[in-house]
Amino acid sequence: MTQVSLKALATVVLAVASIGSTLAQDSKIADELAKYREALADGNPADLFEVKGEGLWLEKRGPKNASLEQCDLGQGPGKLEGAYASLPKYFKDTNKVMDVESRLVHCMMTLQGFTLAEATKQWYSKPGKDSDIEALVTFIGAKSNGMKIKVPATHPEEAKMAKMGEYIFYRRSGPQDFSCSICHGQEGKRIRLQELGNLTTQEGAGFAMKTWPSYRVSQGTVWTMQRRLIDCMRQARWPEPNYLADSIIALETYLQKTATGTVMETPGIKR
Amino acid sequence: MNNQRRNVLKTGSGAALLSVLAAAGIITPGMALADWNKAAFDAKSMADTLKAMGAGAPADSKDVQVTGPDIAENGAVVPVGVATSLPNVTMVAILIEKNPNALAASFTLPEGTEANIQTRVKMGQTSNIYALVKSDGKFFMATKEIKVTLGGCGG
Amino acid sequence: MGNPMKIRAANKDGVTEIKALISHEMETGQRKDAAGAVVPAWFITELTAKLGDKIVLAAEFGPSVSKNPYLAFKFKGGAKGDKVVVSWKDNKGDSRTDEAVIN
Repeated sequence: MTQVSLKALATVVLAVASIGSTLAQDSKIADELAKYREALADGNPADLFEVKGEGLWLEKRGPKNASLEQCDLGQGPGKLEGAYASLPKYFKDTNKVMDVESRLVHCMMTLQGFTLAEATKQWYSKPGKDSDIEALVTFIGAKSNGMKIKVPATHPEEAKMAKMGEYIFYRRSGPQDFSCSICHGQEGKRIRLQELGNLTTQEGAGFAMKTWPSYRVSQGTVWTMQRRLIDCMRQARWPEPNYLADSIIALETYLQKTATGTVMETPGIKR
Repeated sequence: MNNQRRNVLKTGSGAALLSVLAAAGIITPGMALADWNKAAFDAKSMADTLKAMGAGAPADSKDVQVTGPDIAENGAVVPVGVATSLPNVTMVAILIEKNPNALAASFTLPEGTEANIQTRVKMGQTSNIYALVKSDGKFFMATKEIKVTLGGCGG
Repeated sequence: MGNPMKIRAANKDGVTEIKALISHEMETGQRKDAAGAVVPAWFITELTAKLGDKIVLAAEFGPSVSKNPYLAFKFKGGAKGDKVVVSWKDNKGDSRTDEAVIN
């Protein structure tokens, strides 16, 4: 931590200390943070990604010079409405449970003729290097805005993935002997000013899952759920899984299953 | 911790930063910007910025409003608004006292455009934000403190 | 050049409100890349919004305007179906123009 951040933190701590009771502090800060988030919601830069993603979806690209319009994300070829809200799910053609990103990459490979390496090379953006996947997933996600998350995981393969996800969620691992559930398995926890959702309940998992993909102010770009979860692993000091790893899809299946019934509000925006 | 956040933090590191700015080429001679008020954007302090804008020492006015959150969760994007009920407003500007260069943005308002603008700025640290307004040829100002916090993980 | 802007323009009771999102890095010139080299400043310096030939807003930005800038403002006039044109140029000489129809 740098001096500056400590100073900023100290300022907040001082401000907090002068307010009075813990409860009053919490609600005052929560109100102010809510105001901040509300001010960002209108004019979410993720909208720029959505516009770009739509263009990429329709554009003929790759060795096969084809668009993604025939991509089947689980609702039938080219049917995007509600697709994001119903993923991950089992696909017969690949005999795998796939999330939105693995299915999108599958379409880029089968329809457009890209190799896996080509399709996933820039799976997240770096300053000055845009990611097509971020834009496409934002576009696909937006087609589920206002729809209910629906991942009942009733197919045996889906049920298996949900179970694996749950196992990973509770499994303590890594040099810190850390698990997802340590931070995200109880009510009323926070890390500094960020409230930590309880992802084991429908309300908590729903609140977490409904706003993805999300524009991350701190990164100046949209994060997909793959990136979110892979980065969670990194922050928990676990070895980072590869992009599109089954362990990430398993966690997504578990979280989406828990969140099922929650109305999507996507794209989101976060600090 | 990621690079970008670390660098947002760095904007607060004062004098060391100025040399970085120069090295980074913000102040390059090659920038062909006919209208851009280079002197005002290059100025460091509030006083120098106001001088470069020809604003001198503006009077505080209750008729000028700076809007923004009391606390910003991230300094990289801080929503700020400027509004005033003063007549014949031809210019509004947003200044951030503790940024390396105080001036963030200025707006020329032709007749018919309301003196009510919202945008988003970067803040290196907790600071006063100033709204500068030119009304009937005179400058007026208002201020608000915005605290910048640095969150934990997640989101 | 650059990616498209997203411009919303709505007229209500004779006043047009513009909300524009602009795709731009707005690099401050203070950030270092992974190799430790300073990333050069790259930011929008000037932006104008026009209704027909009439300028309704002229803005000057410094590098402390946020990445992917957002701008909202209002002006008297404009009617449903009229075109609003927003243009910017940056310190590298790049520029872009997009338009929106008032609804």
